[in-house]
Amino acid sequence: MAELTYRDAVARGIAQEMRRDNDVVFLGEDVAKAGGVFKATVGLFEEFGPIRVRDTPISEQAILGAAMGAAMTGLKPIAEIMFSDFLAVCFDYIANEMPKSRYMTNGQVKCPLVVRTGNGAGSRFGAQHSQSVENWAMMIPGLKVVAPSNPLDVVGLLAAAVRDPDPVIFFEHKSLYAMKGEVPDGEILDTLGTAKILRPGKDATILALALMVPRAMEAAERLAAEHGIDCEVIDVRSLVPLDTQTILGSVAKTGRLFTVEENPRLCGWGAEIASIVADEAFYDLDGPVVRITTPHIPLPAADNLEDIVLPTPARIVATISKSME
Amino acid sequence: MTPQTKTPKRTAAKRAPAKAQKAAAPARTAANDDIGLDTRLELFRRQVEIRDCEQRAYDLFLQNLVKGTSHLSLGQEAIAAGFAVAMQPGDKSFCTYRGHAHTLARGVPMEKVLGELMQRDNGLMRGKGGSMHLTSVEHGVMGSYAIIGAHLPIACGSAWRAQYLGHDDVAVCFFGDGTTNIGAFHEALNFAAVWKLPVVFVCENNLYMEYTPIGDVTAVEHPAADRASAYGLPSIVIDGNDADAVYREAQKAFAKARAGEGPSLIECMTYRHSGHSRADPGKYRPDGELEDWKKNRDPINIYKARLAEFGVGSEQIDKIMAASMEQVDAATEACKAAPLPPEDILSTDVYADGGWAWRN
Repeated sequence: MAELTYRDAVARGIAQEMRRDNDVVFLGEDVAKAGGVFKATVGLFEEFGPIRVRDTPISEQAILGAAMGAAMTGLKPIAEIMFSDFLAVCFDYIANEMPKSRYMTNGQVKCPLVVRTGNGAGSRFGAQHSQSVENWAMMIPGLKVVAPSNPLDVVGLLAAAVRDPDPVIFFEHKSLYAMKGEVPDGEILDTLGTAKILRPGKDATILALALMVPRAMEAAERLAAEHGIDCEVIDVRSLVPLDTQTILGSVAKTGRLFTVEENPRLCGWGAEIASIVADEAFYDLDGPVVRITTPHIPLPAADNLEDIVLPTPARIVATISKSME
Repeated sequence: MTPQTKTPKRTAAKRAPAKAQKAAAPARTAANDDIGLDTRLELFRRQVEIRDCEQRAYDLFLQNLVKGTSHLSLGQEAIAAGFAVAMQPGDKSFCTYRGHAHTLARGVPMEKVLGELMQRDNGLMRGKGGSMHLTSVEHGVMGSYAIIGAHLPIACGSAWRAQYLGHDDVAVCFFGDGTTNIGAFHEALNFAAVWKLPVVFVCENNLYMEYTPIGDVTAVEHPAADRASAYGLPSIVIDGNDADAVYREAQKAFAKARAGEGPSLIECMTYRHSGHSRADPGKYRPDGELEDWKKNRDPINIYKARLAEFGVGSEQIDKIMAASMEQVDAATEACKAAPLPPEDILSTDVYADGGWAWRN
């Protein structure tokens, strides 16, 4: 058992899969010799060499296109898109090519690859390097969408993503890279599409993803201590496949649902879950589903402005305690 | 205008003397033929089959039996045939939405292609793809891509896999002149060049970017070849209506790729007889241009004359043409009789487990 940072967990997960399977290859901008701009891929170039860990030009279309071409002809590439905002530069591959190749060809073409990308705010980078864009991927049939919140999940879910036969977009949160957590030795393999109940509770369910998970946990502790509200906190972990069963089971128990989303409010993933709960568990609800999100604005850069925009433990506590009055 | 400056000159220079010599000089024979008679007959057969099948597709469209849209390569057959005959079975083709010709050229049965154009259950993808997405992995046809330029980086990925695993297959990527102005073209060329990938980029310059002359929207005369030097590649322009010229250039590029010497970019000058798509009558073309290409530079007529030069009798040529038409007729009948796809395939193959479930 070792304590790893989230960024070390990324390298550990990639290395585990590259050791296991020679068909796993890794490409991206500055990922090899430089070890990645977030230092999340340090050591891979040294261990696996320039044939398996390759630096690319700044060419996001070429990176995802090449990953796709390699995947459909037999390799299992991991491609890094440095900041998730840049997925827009190569969105054709995300929206039109990778997820639809299997369907359009009636199952002839397979596309097993992982796109890793640094998602989310907290670093004061401004509106083009700080967005949470998991919704961009979630809405497209054919993709899988994963966003881990801690080092152990990074290793296990990354391994599961690499072994998955579908294209997976793997959102790493930039503000979690320094987070530390215990990670057991040996091979770790998790399962996509499984949410995790991190804190059992009986009064309300809080769903969170990535950076919002530690904030939701902190809020839950404060809600219990300061307001006597016992919240169940669920780390959604994977938007596609979505573990609806765990979510509906929790709502059946608590009767109340709150989502904590870093994305802008409009069409956030919480809206989809709220819709599912309204459709399928309406009579379990003791009150409306409440979404705690960023407002529908681009992300500002300044410390104080960015801090206001993102849901904080204080805002989560205030929203939930008021709703539960 | 004149996108055709370089090649027509070369073509005219090549062809006119050949005709003039015919009476005086002795006929070319199999003994002095660098390509070989069997290969020549194959080049001819594939061009004829593509022509016949696409013309039938057009007829079927007029009868409202071909659905959606379709983009024909009438007049461009020599490129598909020339490359396909030079390919080895494991090589991978990446096509555009104008991909019927390249799909047929790799040996995909006409019934499968027409069936897909008619969106019947016997089609290549059982009607789930349509005309613009023809794919037959077993024939090395790794897809037709309907987003301009998307497949150039994808072909790089296939080539990267071959390089990584030490396989000797080449990725061949066909695209039109319009593609050369999209970002993915430039990203792919640079990427392939720096990684020395075994990929051959084939620009079919048919003079029109959809409805607009390519010269009107492009700063250089040869949209692919003039930019090759930017990627450290030689500038190559060939007569894309001469299947021999295409076949020879393809062989060179494949040998280079298989030797680990990296990508090639080949600009093939050609002309499409039909409009951009089924919706386009092609009225933007100057008077006489189409007629001139059809009369003087039709790849199939050129090749018939070539075969005659090598002593192939008209009987043998007629036989090949009749066999092609028989295939087209049989395929047409089979497709007309084929059922529509069953509704239960609607939600299959979204994900690898065969289904479409995104949640439990």
